[in-house]
Amino acid sequence: MSSAATTVAQSVPGAVASAVAAQETGTGSTPNSPTPPGAVPGGTGGRGPATDYADYRIIPARHPWRWVGTAVVALGVAGIAWSLATNPRWEWGVVAQWFTAQSIVNGLLETLKLTAISGALGFILGFVLALMRLSASPLLVSVSWTFSWIFRSTPLLVQMLLWYNLGYLYEKISLGIPFTDIRFFEAQTTTLISQFAAAVLGLTLNQAAYSAEIIRGGILSVDQGQLEAAAALGIPAWRRSTRIVLPQAMRAILPTAFNEVIGLVKGTSIVYVLAYSELFYTVQVIYNRTQQVLPLLLVATLWYVVITSVLSIFQYYIERHYSKGAVRTLPLTPLQKARKFFATHAPASRDTARERGIR
Amino acid sequence: MSTATDATAAGTAEPATAASAANTLKPIPTRGLVEITKVRKAFGATEVLKDITLTVEPGGVAVIVGPSGSGKSTLLRTINHLEKVDGGFIAIDGTLVGYEVRGNKLHELREKDILKQRTEIGMVFQNFNLFPHLTALENVTEAPVVAPRSGKARRSKAEARERGLELLDRVGLKDRAGAYPRQLSGGQQQRVAIARALALDPKILLFDEPTSALDPELVNEVLDVIRELATSGTTLIIVTHEMGFARDVADTVVFMDQGRIVEQGHPQDIFTNPREKRTQSFFSKVIEPAFNI
Repeated sequence: MSSAATTVAQSVPGAVASAVAAQETGTGSTPNSPTPPGAVPGGTGGRGPATDYADYRIIPARHPWRWVGTAVVALGVAGIAWSLATNPRWEWGVVAQWFTAQSIVNGLLETLKLTAISGALGFILGFVLALMRLSASPLLVSVSWTFSWIFRSTPLLVQMLLWYNLGYLYEKISLGIPFTDIRFFEAQTTTLISQFAAAVLGLTLNQAAYSAEIIRGGILSVDQGQLEAAAALGIPAWRRSTRIVLPQAMRAILPTAFNEVIGLVKGTSIVYVLAYSELFYTVQVIYNRTQQVLPLLLVATLWYVVITSVLSIFQYYIERHYSKGAVRTLPLTPLQKARKFFATHAPASRDTARERGIR
Repeated sequence: MSTATDATAAGTAEPATAASAANTLKPIPTRGLVEITKVRKAFGATEVLKDITLTVEPGGVAVIVGPSGSGKSTLLRTINHLEKVDGGFIAIDGTLVGYEVRGNKLHELREKDILKQRTEIGMVFQNFNLFPHLTALENVTEAPVVAPRSGKARRSKAEARERGLELLDRVGLKDRAGAYPRQLSGGQQQRVAIARALALDPKILLFDEPTSALDPELVNEVLDVIRELATSGTTLIIVTHEMGFARDVADTVVFMDQGRIVEQGHPQDIFTNPREKRTQSFFSKVIEPAFNI
């Protein structure tokens, strides 16, 4: 309220000057009865007399409550930051000491390796499962459905341990023609399934079950008319999937898919049950020795935060790439927004209606 | 107009001249004969096409009219095998659509061969169905580069691009080649869709209510493009509710109702004195009293 009053008060001198100017030049012909000068710019209608406002100064609307809200939140954030910085029990020194330690970095690389491999394989297998589920063959549909059903029902922990102990169930693994004695390949299960293999198998199959549903949802979100048009143009089936349907499905797939990948980054920590030395297991080993539990958990957390942040940036730009054509004009990226902010806000005080292009 | 004729000539010159040299007795348009014989089609228990027989001469313009639900669109979609027929057959220039004759058996064609047949038949949809993530030009050039074509090599990207720009020019949209469909008006989108259908130099063009999704003031820009195509020697089969346009452009008007062809003939005859009662009552509803013949 007070801001509106200020606007009117500030505008009065300018208004008088320009009203006089308008009378002198004869441009401001008013069809209505003459209005008192002070009422013109403060008036709410905007459709009043056709005065030329081009040389008026523009006073941006004020938002005092926005500032109050900002201040409250800023205070809260500052309080949290202060406590983080000053409470000695966080032991930031220990965190800093371990953050880039060789063993931690090795663990981090293992985590990234597991995420990349099982993420990629999981989504490839998920894509195949989604296509199977959407195919016309009842067998393929039910196989795909059963796969998702089993792997979404079993706890990841159980899957891990099951794969790792596969040697108990099947001593040897062989590749050959079923129901015959022909074998192309045969090996001891325990030598074949290492910790790494068990981890990748478990994570991949689990990931595939979830991503199959995500990809299927994305494909279903594409209008049937698109497939029809592509078929009518004689575009081959594989090309229809990859060039016409999938790029459009990506818009629906990506947000959830990135959720999954970010979940997977942290999900890899479950392979500690296999004593596989990824980030989380490494941290556990260290704090069991040094008893600095919280600082070391903090080290792991900070690395997960870093990975998630990098992935989020990727997500933003990949989503932007696939929104081509879906919106009339792409919104600005944060970088572009920042540049625009600094470009336009520097001379803000001398803004007039003419400069803003308002007539 | 001259560019339009050039464009057609560039795409179709060779087969056309070869054919007319071999048989000088035939009139100029020699490709695009559509013969529909006793076609039946049912969706579940509903019969949508009942014994449809219709012939469209090469280069002819047939306009199919009738109340909604009369089977017009379904008939159109059987011509390029988007819908399989339950009975009867459809032939284009004497070749069956969707089947191959071997001995005295009809073998269902494989996907690849159906696609080949479809490249000879362009289709324009009511809702345009442009690919929204591709620019206008990419929409037009996609099929010529990847679609298998009988007797013709796939176009190189550069060739397709050149031809695509030519076609966009022909529909008056050369300057919007880089625009995405959502950045275009409905009329412009439909013109891009027409250019896209023309990109494979089809013998036959099918239009499924091409102006029904358009604002009234945008209808004419699309109809003008179709009018121009009507004189190009390509066979056109058009489902529409635009009666004035039908009268102008058609050489045969087909009136369908409840899955049957009730009446067909020259537009002059059908519009001024329809023989069948059903046709009379339909036209009395859709043609305004001020309509001048």
